[in-house]
This record gives sequence, C-alpha cells and structure tokens, in this order.
Amino acid sequence: MKKSINILFFLVIAAALVGCNNGNDKKGSKGQGGLSTNAAERVYVAPGEHDEFYGFMSGGFSGQLGVYGLPSGRLLKVLPVFSQNPENGWGYSEETKPMLNTSYGFVPWDDSHHPDISQTNGELDGRWIFINGNNTPRIARIGLESFKTEEIIEIPNSAGNHSSSFITENTEYVVAGTRFSVPVPQKDMSINEYKGNFKGALTFINVDQETGRMGIKFQLMMPGFNYDLSHPGRDKSHGWFFFTTYNTEEAHSLLEVNASQNDKDFIAAVNWKKIEEYVNNGGGTKVPANYAHNILDEHTHTATSTMLKEVLTVNPMDVPGAVYFLPTPKSPHGCDVDPTGEYIIGNGKLSADLTVHSFTKMLDAIENKKFDGEAYGIPILNFEDILAGVVKQPGLGPLHTEFDGKGNAYTTFFISSEVVKWKVGTWEVLDRQPVFYSVGHGMIPGGNSRKPFGKYFVALNKITKDRYLPTGPELTQSAQLFDITGDKMELLLDFPTIGEPHYAAAIPAELVAPNSRKIYKLAENKHEYAVLQDSDVRVERDGKEVHIYMNMIRSHFNPDNIEGVKVGDKVYFHITNHEQDFDVPHGFAVIGANNAELLIMPGATETLVWEPKQVGVWPFYCTDFCSALHQEMQGYIRVSPADSNIELSWSLGED
Amino acid sequence: MKKAGIIMIIGSLLLLGLFKFPLWNIMLGAPQYPDPLGMDIYIEGIQGVEEFDIQNIDGLNHYIGMKTIPKVEDMWEFSVFPKVIGLMVALGVIIGILGFFRKVSYKWFLGWFIVMSILGILGMYDFNLWLTDYGTDLDPKAIMKLLNPDGSPMTYKPPLLGYQKMLNFDVDSWPGVGAYMIFVGMLLTVVAFFVGKKESQNIEA
Repeated sequence: MKKSINILFFLVIAAALVGCNNGNDKKGSKGQGGLSTNAAERVYVAPGEHDEFYGFMSGGFSGQLGVYGLPSGRLLKVLPVFSQNPENGWGYSEETKPMLNTSYGFVPWDDSHHPDISQTNGELDGRWIFINGNNTPRIARIGLESFKTEEIIEIPNSAGNHSSSFITENTEYVVAGTRFSVPVPQKDMSINEYKGNFKGALTFINVDQETGRMGIKFQLMMPGFNYDLSHPGRDKSHGWFFFTTYNTEEAHSLLEVNASQNDKDFIAAVNWKKIEEYVNNGGGTKVPANYAHNILDEHTHTATSTMLKEVLTVNPMDVPGAVYFLPTPKSPHGCDVDPTGEYIIGNGKLSADLTVHSFTKMLDAIENKKFDGEAYGIPILNFEDILAGVVKQPGLGPLHTEFDGKGNAYTTFFISSEVVKWKVGTWEVLDRQPVFYSVGHGMIPGGNSRKPFGKYFVALNKITKDRYLPTGPELTQSAQLFDITGDKMELLLDFPTIGEPHYAAAIPAELVAPNSRKIYKLAENKHEYAVLQDSDVRVERDGKEVHIYMNMIRSHFNPDNIEGVKVGDKVYFHITNHEQDFDVPHGFAVIGANNAELLIMPGATETLVWEPKQVGVWPFYCTDFCSALHQEMQGYIRVSPADSNIELSWSLGED
Repeated sequence: MKKAGIIMIIGSLLLLGLFKFPLWNIMLGAPQYPDPLGMDIYIEGIQGVEEFDIQNIDGLNHYIGMKTIPKVEDMWEFSVFPKVIGLMVALGVIIGILGFFRKVSYKWFLGWFIVMSILGILGMYDFNLWLTDYGTDLDPKAIMKLLNPDGSPMTYKPPLLGYQKMLNFDVDSWPGVGAYMIFVGMLLTVVAFFVGKKESQNIEA
C-alpha cells in the first residue's frame, strides 16, 4: 500500500511540474482554435463533397471498427467485427453467427484495439484492414471492397491479445502477441507458481496474397512477460518484429507496483525471417490446440466456422540468433519504428525520457556479441551499445509515437496530456500541444508504413470530461485533429468517437473509394436458401422446422401471406433481396423475434430464426424506408395451435 | 469518278457503326439517382448504360404503370432494322464500286441518299410511335395514377430529342454515337454526289 501511495505522490508532483512548464499554453488554447484561425474552413467538407481520408478508429470496448471521414471527423459507418450488431443482424442472422464462434462457444462481444491496413512494399494498398479482439484472442480481416468482416481467426495459447494486429510490410504476416502470459497448455495450477512456468505466445499469421485468408504459421513461445505492443521492422529492418514488454518481474498480483520495479524492461527483437526459414525446413513442434477459424463467403453470403486442432510452436532457444532483448526503461508501452526502419522507439510509460534504439547498432551489437546477460537463455543486448539517442524530458507518460515522413516524430503523453513533436536524429523537441484529455494513441495516415501522409495527426483521447455537452455520467470518447503541415501543430477539430478507440489507421480515400462495392450480383448469389426467381418461392416443413424461401423487392415480400405455422415451430425466414440498385437495402422484422432484425443488401440472402410462442396472426415488415410504398411493404404469418392440421400455404397478391 | 466512288464507299460503310454504337441514348436523373439511370438504344436492342439500369428503370416505372422496356424478341424492329441497314450498306458499297469504275452515274449516289433518308425518317417515326405507346399505354391498376393540372391522366412519353422534366426525373434524350456516324456517312454520300458530278463534268470537258 505504501508503495502505491508513493507512486501516486510522484505522479501528482510530476504532473504539477509539467503543468508549470506550459500551464499558460493550456489555458490559452482551449476552445479558441477555430475563431482565431481558419481552422473551420480546413475541416469543412461541403455538402455532397467527400473527405480526403478514410479514418478507421478501433471501436474499443464496443468491439467494432468506427469508420470516419478526415478531416471532417464525420462518422461514416460502425463496422461490426467482434460484437453482435442488432442494427443489421451481424451475429444474429444464421449466416453471420458462425463468425463469432470460438473455442469458448459463441462470444458476442470483444474489445477491439489496433487496426492496421494491408501494405505492399511498405506502402498502404487498401486491400484489407486487420483488427484484434483483445479479450477472447482473435484477429479479424475486413475487406475494403465491401467494408465487411470476412474472416476471424482465434489465437490459441494467448490471453489479452494486445500486441496485435500489426502487419509486415508486404502483408506477409499479421502478428498477434499476448499481453497476459498463461500456462501453456492451460492447466489447473497455483497462480503463485507463475514465475518461470507461464508462457507468452507471439503468433505469426500468414496471409494469402490473393484471398487474404489467414492461417497460423507459428507461435513463438516466449518467457512469461507481458507483451504490450509491437511494430514491424520496415525497409532496412524488414524481417524483424519488435515487441515491448512489461512485468519482466513476472509478478502475478498487484502489478501496478510489483511490475514497476525493474529499472528497465525489454523490447523483444524477433527475426521472423529466420524463424520462418527454420519452420519451412521442418522446425518447430506441433502441439494440440483448439481454435476457431471463421470465414464469410461472399457468394454464399454465409459464414462457416472450423475448429482447428493443432498449432506449430517454436521455442526461441531452438533458433539461435532469432530473438534478442533490447533493454528499455520503465515498462515501455508503444513500440514504434520510424519510416526508414532505423529507429525503434520505446515509449517507457513510467519514464520521463524517450528511448530510441538504433537498428544498425543493434545488428552490430549482435554481431560483436555485446551482451549484458540473458533472460531465459535469450541474449540481452547492452543498453548503451544500441542506443541511438534519448529525447530528454519531453513530457510525462509517453505512450505512442507516429511519424510524418518528413523526419519528425509525434509522441503522445498520457499523464501530461499532450502531443510532443520532436526531430528524429537530433532528438530535440520542436513543439508541444495540449490535448483534452489524456491521449492514448496518436495516428497519422500511413503513420505505420514507409510512406506516411503527414498532413494530419489524430489524438485519440482517453478522457472526455467537459469537451461536449454533458450526457450524464457516461460520455462518448474524444478525438482531436491537428494540422501538422506547419512548424507548429495546430488543433483544428474535436470529434466524438464510439467505444474507446485505441489505435487507428487512415488511408487516402482515392486508394479505397473507387473499389467500393455497390451491390451483390444476384446472378452470383450461391446461398443455399436463395430464391433467385419468383417461381422458386415456397415454404417447406421439416419436422418442427419451417423454411420460408422468400424474396423482396420494392415494395413487397414474396410471399407476404403465410399460413400453416404452429406454436413450437422454429421458423427460418430465408430472404433474398432482389434489388440490383445501389443503396436499396431492405430490412426485415417480425413481431416478438428474440434476436434482431435483418438488413439485407441488394443481391444478398439472409436468414432470421423466429420461434412463435402464441397463436395468432402476426405481422412482419420492412424496416428500411425503401420507397414511397415502404409502409405497404408488410405481410402476415398465421400461427395456429401446436395440434392444428392446417397445411402450409403461401401467397402474394391473391384475394 | 474514283474519288467520288471512294467517298461513297466510306460514307456507306460508316453506317456499320450502328452495329457497334447506340443510335440513341436516354438518361434519367433524379435526386435519388445522382448517377443517372440510362438506356442505350441500338438497332439490335436496348441496353442499360450500367449493368442493371434497365431492371431499375422497369422497377421504377411499375409504380406509374408503364410496361417494361422491350426485349429483343418483343419488337420486330430489332430484327428488321439490322437487315435494312446491312442491305443499305451493301448497296452503297456496290454503287460506290460501280461508280469508281464509272459503271453507274453519280446520280445513283443521290438516289441512295434519298432512299436512306426516307428509311431514316420512317425509322424515327416508328421510334416516336414506340415512345408514345411506352409513355401512354399505362396499366389501369398502376400504383400511382397522376393527373395533369387540367385533370387529364398524366402520361410519360420521353422526349424524342432534348430535355424534359418528368415527375422527379430529368430526362435527356439525345442521338448516340451511331446516329452521328449515320449523319456523317449520309453527308459523305451527298459529298460523293457533288464530287462525282464535278469529276464527270471534268471528264466531259
């Protein structure tokens, strides 16, 4: 207890010190931005015009992915990923339920953290975006043609999938590291036997370049530290991956104190090309596992979930020269690599300084075996030998660093609530701007690539307080957009974000918008229960199951009168949207449904299960205002007693 | 008459463009259709400008009781027009060749032009008849039965040529590339006539 009070005391004092440095700045800039400059003009996107960038903000504890336009900050879409979304039936429809299947059964929620856009030669290519589910370890792949989650793979032997999902510069791998080390394989054991017994799995998932399909190539079984964040090497350091660690103390209780004791933790440098070669030559150990691999097929509009039973693990000791530890002060959080691939920034969140490692010096230290001991057999490099420089006293609580491609870095400081711009190479602080309040990640479009688009910086803040009209105790989150084209960062805009965004990724709209899908072609619909022609409309009974093969087009359902259903039946509404026109989805809702609605895109088929419990004649209707006759788009289903002998019948437009 | 013959041949061959390019184009824009729906009218049938435009025009037209846009088999024109054009091209080329070798008079060029003009006018007349039928022969059970300010039932004949506002739609009806090719081709046959006339006079002189 005494220790935690000491830390609190330190933080308060430190915050006060930093506050003194720039207290006047803070007061001066709050709320004044737009009036004294032409900030409003620079974020104004006139009616009918489009934003310059797509911004993908992780949905945090909503489990989804927020799609925003930048610079306007307008919310374009909440893209469902790991959480059920009653608004469009994601995770409720029979087709999408398998997407949320895991080894723990159906998991309707997750905590999504770090989106990363696919790359080719280290530049954003706009094919896919990946994001991690933190709580029940999973990685999702979202196709940027349909803006739809197309694949989710569960990560076995992982817990708190936090140093994820970051991709290598040709999208060879999506990497998923575990924040919590756990017994591998899981077993019943005493928690206080943690030290030396728990493992931290770093998972390398390969990506098929044609289809995007993911598969676990190998899991590197590391010592039982906490693997917090990671980033790929790029350009000269392509082939390496860097992971920050904390809790190298291997504490299992009161971590806020017990995991803050070591003066330095590590950045783990992993030579994945070396391990890939080892694995390709038959290295590694196949171990039993149980994890779900879920794929949504764009032609059947249906997801399948397959349980995989084996995973290839690699002991770092078996691949000499594959893993090194770079000592990094004070529980580093963000692990960021500059666009040249030379500098690896460890954002030691309890340190007052920023540590920058040199990739060249690291290689040199490895070659000359300048080691400073080892941990679990993994060589620890000598801190002084690999140090490129230190950004001195830039602020308090550094979390993450982004780059503008013009030789500048931008680091977020949670405790002192500011963004600090500094020069890569000279380590001098160039500018600092307060943020409101307590920024977590920052994001520059393409900031995690060889070619950032250094026009804007988005601060993704953790605390909102008084930034918007109050809405009771529970508030939205707050993002802030800075113009970074000048010497000084300039605050342009506050905008609210869903969930609690962690990392974000943005891409020039021109790399994505021209490929955006408008409709699904009916002729390519291979859904098992699709009705492509009116003549195929029907209702079939299979025991207690009733399958309604229905279609919809402005402005009717076919059939819209159905009789012969009984209490206790399980009724499947399989509905195909026959529209082939852009932005004409139809909705489907039926009274008393215990799940959600369906929102069916043109050319797609979706299925809602309805289990009628009461005798009567019950309506269903279209929920999406589709046409001038939308209100007429309705129907009735008659539910008879369980022992009734009314035959199934269906009709449209008959008297 | 070599030059005139060649011009005549080129002129008549330009009509072949009708087998590749639309004769006419009708575009329908509306607030809900910032990218307008459109149909390209070819001598061999009607096609959407975008893949599903015809289906979507039909879908909208059913509200006001219009018939669906005719398929190839629904209109005799789509089988007869290509034959007529093919025949006229062949005739034009033969006349051009004969003219080239001075087997026929340059007056044949004008004769071909006059026949083609009459056929063209008949074609336009027929096209207008179809537009009128399409726009006025409405389903009595139409979902929306609208009236003109004078109380008469509203009809929806698209303009033969030019722009017209119809309900929420801005309708533009203009010749397509194929029509411009006929126009140029027929103009060339007239040119061939005058060039042929001049060449003949030179020879006589």
